[in-house]
Amino acid sequence: MPINIPQIDYAAILPELLTGGMALLIMLVTPFIPGNRRYYTGYLALLGVIGAAIATYAGFAKEVTTFSGLYTTDFFSTAMKLVFLLGSFLVILLSDNFTRLLKLPAGEYYSLILFATLGMMMMASANDLIVFFIGLEIMSVALYVLAGIRRVDLKSNEASLKYFFLGAFATGFVVFGIAFIYGATGTTSLSHVFDISLYKFPNSGLYLMIGGALLLIGLAFKMASFPFHMWVPDVYEGAPTAVTAFMSSGPKAAAIAILARVFIFAFGEQTAVIAPIFWVLSVTTMFVGNLTAISQSNVKRMLAYSSIAHAGYMMIAFVAASGEAVSAVAFYILCYTVMNIGAFAVLIIVESKSDGDNQLASFTGLGRRHPILGAAMALFLISLAGIPPTAGFFAKFYLFKAAILKGHILLTVIAVINSLISVYYYLRVVVVMFMIDTETEFRPVTYPSALYVALVIAVMAVLALGILPSYFFPFDQPMLVPFG
Amino acid sequence: MEQYILTIIIAIPILGILLMMPVSRKAESTLKGIAFATSFIAFVVSLYLYFMFDSSTAEMQFAVKIPWITSLGISYNIGIDGISLWLFILTTFLSWLSIWSSWNAIKDRLKGYLISLLLLEVGMLGVFMSLDLFLFYVFWELMLIPMYFLIGIWGGTNKIYATIKFVLFTLVGSLLMLVAIIVLYVIHYNSTGFYTFDLAQISALAISAKAQLWLFAAFALAFAIKVPMFPFHTWLPDAHVQAPTAGSVILAGVLLKMGTYGFLRFCIPLFPDAFVQYIPIISVLAIIGIIYGALVAMVQKDVKSLVAFSSVSHLGFVMIGITALNIQGMQGSIIQMVNHGISTGALFLIVGMIYERRHTRLIADLGGIFTSMPVWTTFFIIVALSSIGLPFTNGFVGEFLILLGTFKANVVYAVFAATGMVLAAAYMLWMLQRVVYGKITREENRNLTDINLREKLILIPLVILIFWIGIYPSTFFKPMEKSIESLLKTVEIAKGRTEIVRPEGVTFTADVSNIIEEEGD
Repeated sequence: MPINIPQIDYAAILPELLTGGMALLIMLVTPFIPGNRRYYTGYLALLGVIGAAIATYAGFAKEVTTFSGLYTTDFFSTAMKLVFLLGSFLVILLSDNFTRLLKLPAGEYYSLILFATLGMMMMASANDLIVFFIGLEIMSVALYVLAGIRRVDLKSNEASLKYFFLGAFATGFVVFGIAFIYGATGTTSLSHVFDISLYKFPNSGLYLMIGGALLLIGLAFKMASFPFHMWVPDVYEGAPTAVTAFMSSGPKAAAIAILARVFIFAFGEQTAVIAPIFWVLSVTTMFVGNLTAISQSNVKRMLAYSSIAHAGYMMIAFVAASGEAVSAVAFYILCYTVMNIGAFAVLIIVESKSDGDNQLASFTGLGRRHPILGAAMALFLISLAGIPPTAGFFAKFYLFKAAILKGHILLTVIAVINSLISVYYYLRVVVVMFMIDTETEFRPVTYPSALYVALVIAVMAVLALGILPSYFFPFDQPMLVPFG
Repeated sequence: MEQYILTIIIAIPILGILLMMPVSRKAESTLKGIAFATSFIAFVVSLYLYFMFDSSTAEMQFAVKIPWITSLGISYNIGIDGISLWLFILTTFLSWLSIWSSWNAIKDRLKGYLISLLLLEVGMLGVFMSLDLFLFYVFWELMLIPMYFLIGIWGGTNKIYATIKFVLFTLVGSLLMLVAIIVLYVIHYNSTGFYTFDLAQISALAISAKAQLWLFAAFALAFAIKVPMFPFHTWLPDAHVQAPTAGSVILAGVLLKMGTYGFLRFCIPLFPDAFVQYIPIISVLAIIGIIYGALVAMVQKDVKSLVAFSSVSHLGFVMIGITALNIQGMQGSIIQMVNHGISTGALFLIVGMIYERRHTRLIADLGGIFTSMPVWTTFFIIVALSSIGLPFTNGFVGEFLILLGTFKANVVYAVFAATGMVLAAAYMLWMLQRVVYGKITREENRNLTDINLREKLILIPLVILIFWIGIYPSTFFKPMEKSIESLLKTVEIAKGRTEIVRPEGVTFTADVSNIIEEEGD
């Protein structure tokens, strides 16, 4: 029997090869670098990310499906990959300072970040549920380790363990879901699932829906959506802050990428059956995230709950389930990545000056002592709250537009009510920074240069995406055409 | 070149902000100089608008339309007409004066303060010139942040409560308005097949009566909170009392007019049918505001909160004039918006001046100031009388026209509204009597230094305007006539529609000429 060697298009997976290759290279060279110099591998990681980004950008809008249809690069996956790489780039800059100070195993740290990024990229390009699953595992396992990278810190250990147990459980649901979908359609290929969906699943619609629901459970966990959000506050709080910044943006984006591919593309018109579930998830996630965030006195925990709330906003796109909605959620996650990592960057600076304290009180007087740092934090928070002229506002506007276009006015009203609630807790940080006078002086801050670069990039991105978004994002063509 | 004048005016304060950025925090006189110069230049250039303004047309003038995000139909679409002209100039004028007035009042973090004021000016100017709903919304929210900082950082003892209340109240309205804006945008897309936020194009849409009622409610809520109309006014006294003087001047002088302007510019042209239906509710709320604001003002212990509550009352007049839907009522309302900006702005400046000297605004702590500060007292009396609406002052012209218009539309409303003028005299004169006349009860009031040259120079232009509008208002009425007529025309058509047909849930045709012909038959 002749064996068909699948056609392999290395050009199509060049970004993945660069990311993964650099991760391996870092692991390889680490033993040859003296222990106290290993943070230099961060530069290698940066190089890898930049190289991958260039490779991704070069392949823009080239639609290639390779590896016998297992792997696809299209407009949507390219855009999502650029978002992941931007996030990783900023996080590597954020980590520079603390890998030096805390004497972390820097080589492992950076290669794990690259591996997690590789996993996300595979999820974005997966055209087959098995490839998606491999991507998910690469990402998740790397993140479990990253959460616990501070071995001496009990909280970090706790975070890692919680994340691992619950994450493994969620992964189980994903596999179960894939099995059901396979059972219903006889294939794991998303294109084939879509082809079959055109025949309206004469016999197996129910099993497909069960499979979809189980898959959704696993992904909702990664996205930090209610009611699978219980792990978020503890894990986010316990993990090193730079890792938290990474965890709150990258995996969310990856989960969204695959959700869009499965539910908006592959399930075809069956999506309408799932939409009410997304509606309920979206509304409950927004309320739970925002209402719980109000009562937080720890800024890191507050950002964790805000991350849950933002997952709720992003879910709106899956209720609307249109090509426009996919663009909207892609733009949203892009904006969320920069503003969220920006906020974490300021948090890292504040923490480093208050002995790791990330209570709200440690921000007191920041705006007076360091107006620029305070202003940057205020900008990120205003953007997270969705007030113009920032990225956060435009992202919300675009998302709401996609929802209203499909007639979901009530959902949009609920979302704006939630934005209003969120303004309260975001602005409370601004109040503490600028409006409360303090006797204890905020200690002088020396900007670690890498963090400073990350901050500048984030500030400029938040403003640029808010004021001139059309230069950075294609609003005139849908990213992923649904229903074929 | 001439059509870019609006852009130039709004660019001047932005330029000021950029120039101030690299200047050291310690170089206070440089910072003050930049802020003063840019705000003054913006004012002078904006005066040019009046001379270039063509009073014979209701068209948008100095209009510019540049695509901003083409595929989403968002454009930088600006222009002004007779309704916005004076408010636009008032904004540059009061921004300049309020920057000048804070010369010595602000000692802490001056740089941030001046940047906030200039940013606020940008937002306000943007709102008055936007003809694109998206652009309008961006500017509308842009005002929020600097005001939040102005109250929250440089405010009084209870500043944090006041500023959060201000932000949350404003956002409740504006976020629901955002939803309504997007709904309008989608309705336009569904009926024409292309996206636009252009106000004129969206106004030309046929929106069903039922949808209009909802959309109007969302817009009206945002504007009613800003005006503020009873019962959405509770943020105003807190914000006013806690804000620094310049913040109060801008808040009363310009920000409140955003609400009434919003009704004129957006609510009426977009939803004329719904507006006609909502008139009874708006009128009654406006009258409650007039009487309630005046009564509460009467019992205030703090001069500043007295002025704040008097604003609720005065803005009630503006609203009732709008709902009269005739030329007198509208003219009165628009001129009253300007008047209120001048008179109440001046009152806050005057109260600020005594506060800088005495560090108190409580009526009980003052008294007999006349003997120590005669010049200040004279200004105070003139401005207070103009606020009451004494003939030959601006207040008289505005309130008289509003009452005349209201009388034509509905006698009962006019009778109730007129009590507001009587009550205004009561609270203002009583306050004057206790503050400036009488015996000196506190020794601190005996040796106060009278206002200096800078303070006089700030108040003189305001007093000139008070008399100018009071004695020769035609200068101000002439440019707005055509715009008001064309606005009234859209409402007249809607009025005819609601009176003749009034079907539930039936789509009205937007084609104006058709309906006129039908009526003619």
